[in-house]
Amino acid sequence: MEIAHGPSRRGFLAGAAAAAGGLALGFHVPFPASAAAQTAPGTSQSAASAPEINAWVVVRPDETVVVRIGRVEMGQGTLTGLAQLVAEELDCDWARVTTEYPTPGQNVARNRVWGNFQTAGSRGIRDSQDYMRKGGGAARQMLIQAAADGWGVPAAECSTSAGVITHGPSGRTTTYGKVAAAAATLQPPAEVQLKDPRDWKIAGKPLPRLDTADKTTGRQVYSMDVKLPGMVHAAIRDCPVFGGKVKSFDAAQVQGMPGVQRVVAVGETGVAVVADTWWRAKSALDALSVEWDEGPNAGISSASIAEMLREGLDAKEAFVGNQAGDVRAAIAGAAKLVEAEYGYPYQHHATMEPMNATALFTGDRCEVWTSTQNAEAALATTADAAGLPIPQCEVHRTILGGGFGRRATSHDYVRQAVLIARQMPGTPVKLIWSREEDMLHGRYHPVTQCRMVGALDAQGNVTGLHMRISGQSILAAVNPQALQGGRDPATFQGLNPGGTEGVLGYSIPNLLIDHAMRNPPVPPGFWRGVNNNQNALYLESFIDEMAHAAGQDPLEFRRRLLVNHPKHLAVLNAVAERAGWGKPAPEGVFRGLAQHMGYGSYVAACAEVSVSDEGKLRIHRIVAATDCGHAVNPQQIAAQIEGSFAYGLSALLHGEITLKGGRVEQENFDSYPVMLMDEMPKVESIVMPSGGFWGGVGEPTIFVAAPAVLNAIFAATGKRIRKVPLTTADLRRA
Amino acid sequence: MVSLIINGTAHDFDVEPDTPLLWAIREQAGLTGTKYGCGVGQCGACTVHVDGAAVRSCTLPVSAVEPGQKIVTIEGLSPDGSHPVQKAWVALDVPQCGYCQSGQIMAAVALLQDNPRPSDEDINAGMANICRCGTYNRIRAAIRLVAEGGETSRG
Repeated sequence: MEIAHGPSRRGFLAGAAAAAGGLALGFHVPFPASAAAQTAPGTSQSAASAPEINAWVVVRPDETVVVRIGRVEMGQGTLTGLAQLVAEELDCDWARVTTEYPTPGQNVARNRVWGNFQTAGSRGIRDSQDYMRKGGGAARQMLIQAAADGWGVPAAECSTSAGVITHGPSGRTTTYGKVAAAAATLQPPAEVQLKDPRDWKIAGKPLPRLDTADKTTGRQVYSMDVKLPGMVHAAIRDCPVFGGKVKSFDAAQVQGMPGVQRVVAVGETGVAVVADTWWRAKSALDALSVEWDEGPNAGISSASIAEMLREGLDAKEAFVGNQAGDVRAAIAGAAKLVEAEYGYPYQHHATMEPMNATALFTGDRCEVWTSTQNAEAALATTADAAGLPIPQCEVHRTILGGGFGRRATSHDYVRQAVLIARQMPGTPVKLIWSREEDMLHGRYHPVTQCRMVGALDAQGNVTGLHMRISGQSILAAVNPQALQGGRDPATFQGLNPGGTEGVLGYSIPNLLIDHAMRNPPVPPGFWRGVNNNQNALYLESFIDEMAHAAGQDPLEFRRRLLVNHPKHLAVLNAVAERAGWGKPAPEGVFRGLAQHMGYGSYVAACAEVSVSDEGKLRIHRIVAATDCGHAVNPQQIAAQIEGSFAYGLSALLHGEITLKGGRVEQENFDSYPVMLMDEMPKVESIVMPSGGFWGGVGEPTIFVAAPAVLNAIFAATGKRIRKVPLTTADLRRA
Repeated sequence: MVSLIINGTAHDFDVEPDTPLLWAIREQAGLTGTKYGCGVGQCGACTVHVDGAAVRSCTLPVSAVEPGQKIVTIEGLSPDGSHPVQKAWVALDVPQCGYCQSGQIMAAVALLQDNPRPSDEDINAGMANICRCGTYNRIRAAIRLVAEGGETSRG
């Protein structure tokens, strides 16, 4: 992995921009390269001297093809998948493909020619594929034209294969590397015809990832590993009570400790120790006593938050997400009512790489090296914290040691690093959060409760459903401009009446899904799967409850309700068939189903579990299906499905952040356990792309992890668990 | 001053005796393949070998390393990624974000040294390293691949 830095192109750039249908034209703005950047690991000027065919494609004289990636790699395979899509349209030799990240500063300077850098919402591929494929296709046409011009023949007589251009009538050949310089001077084509996915030779194949080798030798550089000349190290403690501030600290207490250089305030809320090594900085910080002004939230606890949400379950006013018929009449006239209340707690992302950033402030310029899911947002934070205009700032990205949403919206760690670096102009400062700091200052999976009321007629048909969600809005905290008249549309992920993102599959004649927004003073964030997690858990558990109340098989019950949504139904049928639903399970093993749609993809799972007489749960096997429309790399989709179950089942089994005295009670993996290998079930993936649309992959299957297992637990024990996590649940048979 | 033998090279480091081996490896020796994940011996991202045994270096003070003990990090496992465990990891495309994988590989090498044909339970017991991306099943498959190939070597 190489990171582009510095001036890397000729003056004219319109290729990808024009081809990208809607992106503004790019233009050349010289980029001052800093001395420090050139010595940082993971940064290079790899493509600087090679011809850029367009923003996406650089072909070096040695035939190496550099694909520029605007989105970021955090384990989800986007880097490889996007390179496959560009290589497919470019028709180059896959063995010679490499990738690099443009910087957000370059993106801004070139009028955002690489589009949106944000890598969240399972959008990395689906929202980039059109303009990136066109970038690859445009580059291919320009390379052909350059060869044809050189031979004095019509371009239409030339063909390509694996980076070789052949003139059919004469049999002459040349290579991309030989004509790249000439191609780089051509006008981009006005039209680019994309391949039919059925003709794909590179995309759609289960190719190995491009970034595996360095991840097995320790050579992969994460931002944690960045080294700059003269760099110093900072450890930080921010007020552990949300909304609190620093009242006082005595720097002299630790100033004489080994290696300590500075003890500094970081904004109004934090204190940092800067030393020659991080361990010395942390040791001194641990020895430093800080007095806090705990502010207005010091009385907040998990119990007080639960009370606040409980009130929302009964509230008269609520934002409507989906509505049909007259649910109150249906409930009043029901032959049988089913009612249940559920809850989903705060959870921590717990990326393996704790938050960190390295900043160099020189008075008129500020550069940052960091792990981020949105380098443009990190650049904005850098500029704001540095008090400098954006063109005088830059952010260099590394591969992330996990993102899961934590590094998508809040760049608090970048802000802190810059605020410290501003106090030491000319000296690069690497700020690393301890795991404890990381856990105390998360952007947590939001907390919600849900009350379900279902109406059945005498035949067991669902005549009405009221789903009342009470709890926290992520958008109200991180992007209040996105609220619609106060309503958070993202609250209803997977429950929408229409659209392409997350549609409710069940047809229920009288329906009300509404949200009483209750926002405790705990910072929420996007957390892999986001609101789909609790929405799917609530709905899929309750559908099972209604099936049971109606005396019907949960699969047949769902099938009838999904009759108008064949794609939802198809993934459900696929897992049921593969798992052997309706056929005997192994002795003592019980099955549960769930389906959901989110991030444009349709997913379903069948879980097989057993519960011992002592109440010990074992998850044996998961069969999971996804219809993501087009499958760019099926083996990486399988990896994402497996990973989704590890993350989602870890959340179900263990994930809970609790609050007391306005602060998080968990500080490390000993008090916030996560799934280890011994709890990981066998996962059988069914990747079943039906074509015609582009759905996400990194998140969707997580939605069905918890509800499928909860429904299997009910089948095994007769107990309906309605609260996450299972830590304190008694699973002994009822 | 503390003397450590890391990947066959003897170093003298000016660190406090309570400095965890992890930070001497990362900050003094400059070997960043070994990762900081938790600092309390829970996650295993910092796993290295001390005289061939897997050790969580974030909780081992350098003063507890005996003179002459040989420390091997991911960088010292092979010069070119050719250790059978590394090759199995590549063959099955195990890593996702990759941050935990140095520790996973070091744990797997030590497991296979002690037990070249581990059962599933042996693997569960020997591989208590956290992976948040959820590569556990591929890790298990890669360990089986090495075990079935019957080859491992001392790291």
